[in-house]
Amino acid sequence: MSIDIATARKVAKLARIRVEEEALPALAEQLSGILTFMEQLNEVDVTGIEPMVSVTPMRLTRRADIVTDGGIQPQVLKNAPEAREGFFAVPKVVE
Amino acid sequence: MTLNTLTIAEARDALRKREITSVDLTMSCLTAIDAADGLGAFVHKTPEIALEQARAADARLAAPGAPALCGIPLGIKDLFCTKGVPSQAASNILRGFKPEYESTVTTRLFDAGAVMLGKLNMDEFAMGSSNETSCYGNAVNPWRRQGSNVALTPGGSSGGSASAVAADLCLGATGTDTGGSIRQPAAFTGITGIKPTYGRVSRWGIVAFASSLDQAGPMTKSVRDAAIFLQAMSGHDPKDSTSADIAVPDFEAALTGDIRGKVIGIPREYRMDGMPAEIEALWTRGIEMMRDAGAVIRDISLPHTKYALPAYYVIAPAEASSNLARYDGVKYGHRAKLAQGDGITEMYEKTRAEGFGPEVQRRVMIGTYVLSAGFYDAYYNRARKVRALIKRDFETVFAEGVDSILTPATPSAAFGLGEMASADPVEMYLNDVFTVTVNLAGLPGVAVPVGLDGQGLPLGLQLIGRPWDEGNLLNHAYVLERAAGFVAKPEKWW
Repeated sequence: MSIDIATARKVAKLARIRVEEEALPALAEQLSGILTFMEQLNEVDVTGIEPMVSVTPMRLTRRADIVTDGGIQPQVLKNAPEAREGFFAVPKVVE
Repeated sequence: MTLNTLTIAEARDALRKREITSVDLTMSCLTAIDAADGLGAFVHKTPEIALEQARAADARLAAPGAPALCGIPLGIKDLFCTKGVPSQAASNILRGFKPEYESTVTTRLFDAGAVMLGKLNMDEFAMGSSNETSCYGNAVNPWRRQGSNVALTPGGSSGGSASAVAADLCLGATGTDTGGSIRQPAAFTGITGIKPTYGRVSRWGIVAFASSLDQAGPMTKSVRDAAIFLQAMSGHDPKDSTSADIAVPDFEAALTGDIRGKVIGIPREYRMDGMPAEIEALWTRGIEMMRDAGAVIRDISLPHTKYALPAYYVIAPAEASSNLARYDGVKYGHRAKLAQGDGITEMYEKTRAEGFGPEVQRRVMIGTYVLSAGFYDAYYNRARKVRALIKRDFETVFAEGVDSILTPATPSAAFGLGEMASADPVEMYLNDVFTVTVNLAGLPGVAVPVGLDGQGLPLGLQLIGRPWDEGNLLNHAYVLERAAGFVAKPEKWW
C-alpha cells in the first residue's frame, strides 16, 4: 500500500494540518515508507484473536454521576489565546 | 562543594542525620545547572521555587519521620504539568502555557518534600529517540567518544532527564516511557531508568501521547534510588481511570541482593540479525552475572517480538492523532495569525502546521490515516490483535515460571546528533526494538548500566518483570548493578 499525493492531501486535511502543495510529494513518500514497514503485520495469523482494548485486565471504574468540580472560569480561560466576556473567542463559525 | 554528585539514598541519609541541608544540596545543583547550559538539559529553570521548597524541607527534616524524598532536588520532564511553570511538552504549540494545576506525580513528589530544580528537555510530545525533535533545541549527552568532541544524543524522548542525571545536575529526574523513552536514554547515558507496570503511576496531568502505552517513571544514578523514587511516584489516583487500585509494596526493602533459584528468561528472538558484537558480548556477560548470583538461566521464546515495532507504530500514532486533536488554537498555547477572511478551519490548519514539528505532524497524519474509514480494520484493529499476541507471549513464559527476562536495552551506544538526519523515519524507530514490547504488554522494565563500549560509551541491559512485580524486578536489577560494578562517569567538558 502506498500513499499518493491525493491521499496525502486528504490525510493532511483530515488531521487539520496545513501542508503546502509543494511539500506533498515528500510527505507522501515518507508516509508510504512508514506504511510499508507496517505491512509486516499482514504476516501474522490473527484468526480468532480479539483486538486488545485494555492492557490490564481490569474494569474501568465509574464514579457517581454528580458534579465534582466547577466554578473556575478564570482558570479555565487563563491560557486561552483569545478570551472575551468569559468565553473562548474564535473566528466566525456561522454565517 | 560536590553535594550534587550524591545519590538520592546518600543524600536522604545525610539530610536525616542533619549532616547537610537541603538548601546547600539545592544550591549545589543550581550551580551545576547554571554551568551546564551546553547540555541543553534544563529548559525552564525554577531556582526560586527550588530554594523555597528546600527551606521548607529543612524545616520538616528538623523533626523525625520526614519522607525519603524530603529535601531531594529533582528535575521534572517538560511533559509534566506543573502549576504556574511552563509545561510545553517541548512543543511550540504549547508555547506560553502555564498550567493552572499540578500533575498527580509532581503533587506526590512535592508532598513528600522533593525540590523541583526546573523542567527538562525532551522530544516534542515525547515522539522521538534522540531529543532532536524538541522545540528547545537538542539536549546533549555528557558522554563523548574517547578522543572525540562530536556531540552525541542522550537518547529520547527523556533526553534532558538522562543528560541531567548523568551530569549530576540533579539527584534524579522524572521520565515518561511510551516505547522506550525512559530506558533507551538511561542506557545511552549510563544511568538507571524504570518504566513501571501500566497503571502503577498516575498519568493525570502528564501531557498525553499514547494513553494505552504511556507510563511515568524515575531516572536515577542507582537501582536503590530508582526504588526510593518510584515508591514516591506510585499509587492509586481516582483522577486517572487506568490507575490501579493496588497496594504499593516497599520497593527498597525488596533489594535483598538474593536471586538464588530465580528463573531469568533469555528470549532468542532478541538476538537480532546484524546485532553489534559489543551488544551481544554485553548480553552474554549479563547472563553470566545472573548465573553467578545463583539464578537459573532459561532460553525462552517470545515468537511475536518481530511484530512489536510495526504494531507500535500503528497504535501509538493512532492514539496520538486523537490525543493531539485538542491542540486547536482555542483553549491554550499557540494560535496562528489569520489572514483576512480566514475561518475556523484555516485557524486549526495554520495553528497546527506552525505549532507541531515535522515528526509530530507525520505521526498525527499516520494515526489519522490508520483510523480513517476503510483502513481501520486493516491497520488499527490488526495491530491491536497483534498486541494481544505479544502480551500472550509474555504471559506464557511467566506462567511457565520465568521471574524476569534479560535483554539488551538498545541496539547500539549513543549516536551522534544529526547522524540520523537524512535517515528514513523508520530507521530512528528501530531504537525502540528491545523496549517497545514491554509497553505493548504493559509490563515493568528497567535499564541498568553494565559496561562501556570500545569507544568508552555506556551500554545497558534491560530486565523485564511480571506485572506489579517491580520489587523483584528491581532486586534483579540490583544484583546486575552490583555484579557489573559500573562506576564510570563522563569527563566534564561542558
